[in-house]
Amino acid sequence: MPRRITNPFSSSSSSSTMPNPDAAAERRPSLSKATRIAQFFSSPKSKDQLSEKQALQAMQQNQGAGTATSILSLPSISLSEHLNSHESTTLFQPPSLEETLKRQRAEAQFGPLNSQSHRYISTHDGSTLEPPVEDEPPYYYVLTTYLSYLILIFFGHARDFFGKRFGDQNHYKALRAQNGYAPLNDDFDNFYVRRLKMRIDDCFARPTTGVPGRYITLLDRKSDDFNRNYQYTGTCTETLNMSSYNYLGFAQSVGPCADAVEECVHKYGLSACSPRADTGTSDLALEVEREIAKFVGKPAAMVFSMGFVTNAGSFPALVSKGDLIISDELNHASIRIGARLSGAVIRSFKHNNMDDLEKLLREAIAQGQPRTHRPWKKILVAIEGLYSMEGTMCDLPGILALKKKYKFFLYIDEAHSIGAVGANGRGVCDYFNVDPAEVDILMGTLTKSFGANGGYVAAEKHIIDKLKATNAATLLGESPAPAVLMQILASLKIIEGELAPGQGEERLQRIAFNSRYLRLGLKRLGFIVYGHDDSPIIPVMLYNPGKISAFSHEMLKRKIAVVVVGYPATPLISSRARFCVSAAHNKDDLDRLLAACDEVGDILQIKFSTGVAGGLEPLPAGVTPEMEKEYIKAKGQALIKPPRWKLEDVIARGVEDAKRPLR
Amino acid sequence: MELQELQTHLTEWLNEAITAFQKVPGSAVLIRYVRSSYQNDPVRSAIELVLVIFFIRYLMAPAYSTSKQNFIKLTDDEIDELVDEWTPEPLVPNMTVLEEMESEKLPIIVGATGPKSKLANGRTVTNLASYNFYNLNANEQIKEKAIQTLRTYGVGPCGPPQFYGTQDVHMRAEADIANYIGTEGCIVYAQAFSTISSVIPAFCKRGDIIVADRAVNYSIRRGLEISRSNIRWYAHNDLDDLERVMAKVVAEQARTKKLTRRFLVTEALFETTGEMNDLPHLIELKEKYKFRIMLDETWSFGVLGRTGRGLTEAQNVDPTQVDMIVGSLAGPLCAGGGFCAGPKDVVEHQRLTAASYTFSAALPAMLAIIASESLHVIQENPEATLGVCRENIRLMRAQLDPKSDWVICTSAPENPILLLVLKPQVVEARRLTAEDQERLLQEVADECLANNILVTRLKGGPITTHMGLKDNVYTATPALKVCVTSGLSKKETEKAGIAIRHAITKVMTKKGNNKLGVPTA
Ligand SMILES: Cc1ncc(COP(=O)(O)O)c(C=O)c1O
Repeated sequence: MPRRITNPFSSSSSSSTMPNPDAAAERRPSLSKATRIAQFFSSPKSKDQLSEKQALQAMQQNQGAGTATSILSLPSISLSEHLNSHESTTLFQPPSLEETLKRQRAEAQFGPLNSQSHRYISTHDGSTLEPPVEDEPPYYYVLTTYLSYLILIFFGHARDFFGKRFGDQNHYKALRAQNGYAPLNDDFDNFYVRRLKMRIDDCFARPTTGVPGRYITLLDRKSDDFNRNYQYTGTCTETLNMSSYNYLGFAQSVGPCADAVEECVHKYGLSACSPRADTGTSDLALEVEREIAKFVGKPAAMVFSMGFVTNAGSFPALVSKGDLIISDELNHASIRIGARLSGAVIRSFKHNNMDDLEKLLREAIAQGQPRTHRPWKKILVAIEGLYSMEGTMCDLPGILALKKKYKFFLYIDEAHSIGAVGANGRGVCDYFNVDPAEVDILMGTLTKSFGANGGYVAAEKHIIDKLKATNAATLLGESPAPAVLMQILASLKIIEGELAPGQGEERLQRIAFNSRYLRLGLKRLGFIVYGHDDSPIIPVMLYNPGKISAFSHEMLKRKIAVVVVGYPATPLISSRARFCVSAAHNKDDLDRLLAACDEVGDILQIKFSTGVAGGLEPLPAGVTPEMEKEYIKAKGQALIKPPRWKLEDVIARGVEDAKRPLR
Repeated sequence: MELQELQTHLTEWLNEAITAFQKVPGSAVLIRYVRSSYQNDPVRSAIELVLVIFFIRYLMAPAYSTSKQNFIKLTDDEIDELVDEWTPEPLVPNMTVLEEMESEKLPIIVGATGPKSKLANGRTVTNLASYNFYNLNANEQIKEKAIQTLRTYGVGPCGPPQFYGTQDVHMRAEADIANYIGTEGCIVYAQAFSTISSVIPAFCKRGDIIVADRAVNYSIRRGLEISRSNIRWYAHNDLDDLERVMAKVVAEQARTKKLTRRFLVTEALFETTGEMNDLPHLIELKEKYKFRIMLDETWSFGVLGRTGRGLTEAQNVDPTQVDMIVGSLAGPLCAGGGFCAGPKDVVEHQRLTAASYTFSAALPAMLAIIASESLHVIQENPEATLGVCRENIRLMRAQLDPKSDWVICTSAPENPILLLVLKPQVVEARRLTAEDQERLLQEVADECLANNILVTRLKGGPITTHMGLKDNVYTATPALKVCVTSGLSKKETEKAGIAIRHAITKVMTKKGNNKLGVPTA
């Protein structure tokens, strides 16, 4: 098939390759990506399918529906033309073209490890966890942040005022009562979305294509009407992926996992076609459950087809009226919804604050249930292993000490920590060297580290048996698809070293190294970074709402995809960008990110670190890290200077220092 | 010595405080005011002082003080004692007899689910328990597409839709579904079960009014519960009662001059009874009383209508008249996830406010593609899929409903899920409790399995034990669930129907079961 040679050094270009019917007739694993994608947007039996497609298109046009443009407007993407530019030097050597493309494709999903020294074992000594030091920006900056919001709100109202009178009435249709119907949306509730988020809407929900691995390919879009509608230009951009929860790099379309999944589709079909309690329980599902139980160190486990529902369904199955749920204030929405549905009383304690938790526990046990003062039937404390917006880890040793005294049950949501922390990737228990038997319920999601979908709950066997019999999501919700189950199974086996020995260990040690390296680098450059040192979630504080979109755009210009979050997902003034480190990244990627952050940090002036949270200059010769405290005491606080390292120094010293206690 | 030190510290501190106070703009005015007021009327000053103190106390009082009205102050030792004494109940109670029986009898399928499935005990059975109505699970063309997607996208999208989790395949699936049903837009969720539980609270807030059928499924109930709206129930499938309830709501609101959002929530095919709704009538009522309608098409999407578009197609209703259509991609389409179709602003609103969309990872690309492809297959050839299945439904029904002395089928004639409940006379004559019925039906299922036919029971437990909506305790009638599939030939279907009928008769006439020995039917 004739390949249109486009400039391989530009990472975005339009494509119009149509599939060659001969090539499309049989699918070979070596087919280039272009053919393959084009192929499934058409079909093997292209003739009658084409007419069918045309019919569908005609139908779309007839209906003239606003969003009915998918097939027409989506570019038939040709990734082979957007392969990463700096590796394509051999692209034009005809004999190895296929091989090179294949390798490049694999490396776009999972970067090669440059040096064995870029590994680290994630572990903690088992003492209670100190909360990370939180640096603060200067007061004037906090003030201007509030001012920015005031201005935004003022302008929002002004625009509303004029817009509602003279503007396009269609934009306000949903906010008005019309012919007897109350407005669909509350004007007040909707104000934030309409007037604040809409301004920076292009930083969110950027559509992607292909594997969300080391790189992620974004569909280019533009808007002529202030982000109300987007036009897809038909091109796409390959960016460094700092956004996906692909902690162990299992988002791959090649390799042992994908091979296992392909085989599984042949063997098990597409779907289980039934809830678990009817006929959705396959030997595969049971094997995955056994494997998960073994992995997290519990006697039994159960899987669900969605992580959200795992929480939302498990709380009602565990607690009810007369029980008390004590929940960390920053817990995920799914936990909050599950808790609300359970009928139990809910209290929350300050994030990761053991003193506050203890106070609450004492009060709860002493006072009993409200009004009646009857003792609580049971108390369930719900926390997360790793908090996805803060990058903080739970203080498991601290909580377990309280658990001994106050006899509550402990539920840990390991959505982000499973796979991502611990020497063996087994989550927070592994990280803190705690026996998993000490935690009653270990919940986690399979969406993140395993590159699959769904969630699990692991506990004692009698608990799991009861939950299987009473949890509505098991009785009525769909079972996970066989392909998804196989992805879980294969990735678990790789982590445990049964499949592709050595690979699992490499992944675990790479993410541990990458997390520390990037965190240290960002601190040294002068950014305020939240979270614990070993956490692969690294929030960089932006504060000002204007910087949210500026940061996102500047990074995108440098071909880096980042997640930015602001109010209401965070407190009003602590807008942030969040990097999710992956084992698929290598040091080159992180250096590229650090360089970009360095530049952007200077442009946007967001290097606010005062040095209290680390990133300090190296200690003088003769002073060991153990002596540091004494040394600082002797020399006074003057030693803590705002760190503003040069990029070269950050990169030069990073590898070595990342493996020491961070300072 | 120490006392002296303390004194000096205190005066120092006082001086500092005074100077600090004097620096505050307006403090001079305040001092002047206090001085002059004291001179003129010391009593008034005293009253003012008391007022100020009271005001400060009021401000400082914790916000939750009302809930602590009967807070008992205890010493630390007393609390320690209470802590020592307190013993919590176990985390979960023991399994009930029924639950134990269920978990013991749970069928385990080895390999692919199909019209003939292999069980872990080595037997191959005729599978009449899966939602594999058109046997798309074995469709090679769709499998091929799924594998191509796997080789381009991997499995999971590794992120929620708002953070780079939206892939072009999701947008394509959304457009395909919207086109298929004929709505302006569509949003795809990662799980069908939780879709409507999130759609309802995305629109219905505290103070809004929802009118719902008493028999709605568990997912809807959860959504209603989370929404905190005022819920009014109408008798199951009784549209006259619905009209009464709606009229009452409208009259109330006219009286109080308060217009809130009003919703009507019901199912197209009811999960617990299999019955069909009368959509034209519902639309008429909704337009008359100005309600928005949320229609759960979980069991009818891909099932009803000439090309499987659901209740709207089956009853010739313009789909744009339904405000929100919620459906499943996990049933006969053999994909995964759910969707909500409707006007564009309805869809876009959910992207930010529906919890299980915003706070959960997107649907795996493979499943989105399977959904699109399955729709194509059904649309391309409705005869080979829907047509064959309907013929089988007819044959299966003919063997059961009119011919059996013991059961009736409550499902609509087009519904491939036949729900068989014991005839009311039987239940009455034998004084069967719900649990008795469950036990009998499980026996029937066992008997069928002994004849290599796999059927299950309706899982009504979650609804029956659901306490969140206090004014509607609803008990799902125990039922045997027979799912017809086009993957079986007419002969096989008929034969299976006969076997099920015989199994029912056998169980019902067994000595121990006919406990009162009353002749029935
Ligand atoms: C702590 C926590 N729990 C649960 C979930 C939901 O998991 P899923 O995306 O698999 O639905 C998430 C996902 O964002 C999460 O962060």
